[in-house]
Amino acid sequence: MNNFKRLTLLCGHYGSGKTNVAVNLAFYLKKQYNNLVVADLDIVNPYFRTKDSIKDFNERGIELICSEYANTNVDIPALPADMYRLTTDKNLTAIIDVGGDDRGAYALGRLVPEIKSENNFDMLMVINGYRPLTPDAQSTIQVMREIETACGLKFTGLVNNSNIGAETTAQNVINSIGYAGEVSQASGLPIVMTTVKADLYDELKDKIDNLLPMTLQTKPV
Amino acid sequence: MADKILMKGNEAIAEAAIKAGCMHYFGYPITPQTEVAAYMAKRMPKIGGCFLQAESEVAAINMVYGVASTGKRVMTSSSSPGISLKSEGLSYLAGSDLPALIVNVQRGGPGLGGIQPSQADYFQATKGGGHGDFKMIVLAPSSVQEMADLTVKGFDLADKYRMPTMLLADGTMGQMMEPVSLDYEITSTVDKPWATTGTKMEREHNIVTSLFLKPDELEDLVIERYERYKVVEENEVMYEEYMMDDAEICIAAFGIAARVAKNAINEARKQGIKVGLIRPITLWPFPVAPFKKAANQVKEIISVELSMGQMIEDVRLASECKVPVTLCNRTGGMIPSPEQVLEAINKANGGAK
Repeated sequence: MNNFKRLTLLCGHYGSGKTNVAVNLAFYLKKQYNNLVVADLDIVNPYFRTKDSIKDFNERGIELICSEYANTNVDIPALPADMYRLTTDKNLTAIIDVGGDDRGAYALGRLVPEIKSENNFDMLMVINGYRPLTPDAQSTIQVMREIETACGLKFTGLVNNSNIGAETTAQNVINSIGYAGEVSQASGLPIVMTTVKADLYDELKDKIDNLLPMTLQTKPV
Repeated sequence: MADKILMKGNEAIAEAAIKAGCMHYFGYPITPQTEVAAYMAKRMPKIGGCFLQAESEVAAINMVYGVASTGKRVMTSSSSPGISLKSEGLSYLAGSDLPALIVNVQRGGPGLGGIQPSQADYFQATKGGGHGDFKMIVLAPSSVQEMADLTVKGFDLADKYRMPTMLLADGTMGQMMEPVSLDYEITSTVDKPWATTGTKMEREHNIVTSLFLKPDELEDLVIERYERYKVVEENEVMYEEYMMDDAEICIAAFGIAARVAKNAINEARKQGIKVGLIRPITLWPFPVAPFKKAANQVKEIISVELSMGQMIEDVRLASECKVPVTLCNRTGGMIPSPEQVLEAINKANGGAK
């Protein structure tokens, strides 16, 4: 997987795995891009945040742009002032983790005119066919349209992140290929990558193109 | 696409409620249970059900009272401070013998507290939950699958005994994602001749009320209700035993604490320490018998809780103080670690190694 645009926006249905994909994609892209930043624009759920992975980011030299109130006593839906650097500083390569559904995508609105005029971005829809409200192409594309309407940008690709959590098997991933294909066909968007738990990567790397191995980012319970 | 889907605990509650025939949901957003309402808001309009975001928790619980009076399955959900607001309504539901499911996805308290997980509403849930003599059935899930299963069970129990039932979860249970299967065959329907469904000029009016100004009449009603509670205590106790057969130390824990405890037990077993777990699934009725039995078998019971020690009182009563009952806890939104529980096990086993 090469040729990433300057901005990669990750949007999708609530709980589709955007933050997990954002964190793991950052680990992957850091090898190719020096000025890599991850921006957490999630104003929907304060329970799971990109900031939970701050230690891993620091170790890898990945900068995190997120609300300075994240994980504090005033964790209200706030956006970081720093987010304007995403469009003003053209030297940055950025992964932008957007909140779930149309509600989350509203947060993007302020940046959309600049993103459009620069036109060096991909907006990827993270999809998981094992989520209860997006089990098929039709329901997934409905969420897709809602997000596009909310933020004013059109998707340019898909990330197939279909999984059932820690219990996911290689067969679960293989079974999701048909679903992802239907979403791709109905929307006309390419499947830019498919994500799998790291321990399934070797088993699947010859069977699926553009496979991204993932380490689950979870709360330490 | 598959038999198992990936759900948040909160979503599992909502979908299971719909599967159980609940077509009415009233709520008000509060972290960490907001997904219940958000999910209902998306699903209910599609299936001809009613989702209504009330102006407050007080309004929502009274809407529940209204629908419950008509004999329809109805649910509300909230988190700790919101449940306190609902407590008047809970008492009215109990005083009117109305079935309903109330979900509490607990967060740290008291007061506004925090948004992280807690089990500090144990007293509130099991010792009343409002004014007057009454009980609620209280169910404590320990996985996303159980969030769903006990939601269905909760509706059945509420209908069967005509009483409010509470699903007592916590922030981790609500937020965590696990694969679940939601294949339920809903068959049991309870006849509700008391429901206010219109007389059709064929019967006397049904009256649903909790107001009884004649004290002897009220006393009779409360005593009759407590006879029903006895039947619940006899028939509906649920618990899980884990490695208790040869246990010399017993851990008492429910919900997320039981999951942490299991990790610690597995580790302790590797070290040769004989320790087991009793996990209450019904917090009321409390599983008295297994703890009474354990008290004749083990040398210590450790109550692992996300509170300053609330269930521990019921454990002491059930074990009749035959063995020491000690507390291993965190509170305020913190979760005990397996290491902390292991340390408590080691201590009970005769000192830290």
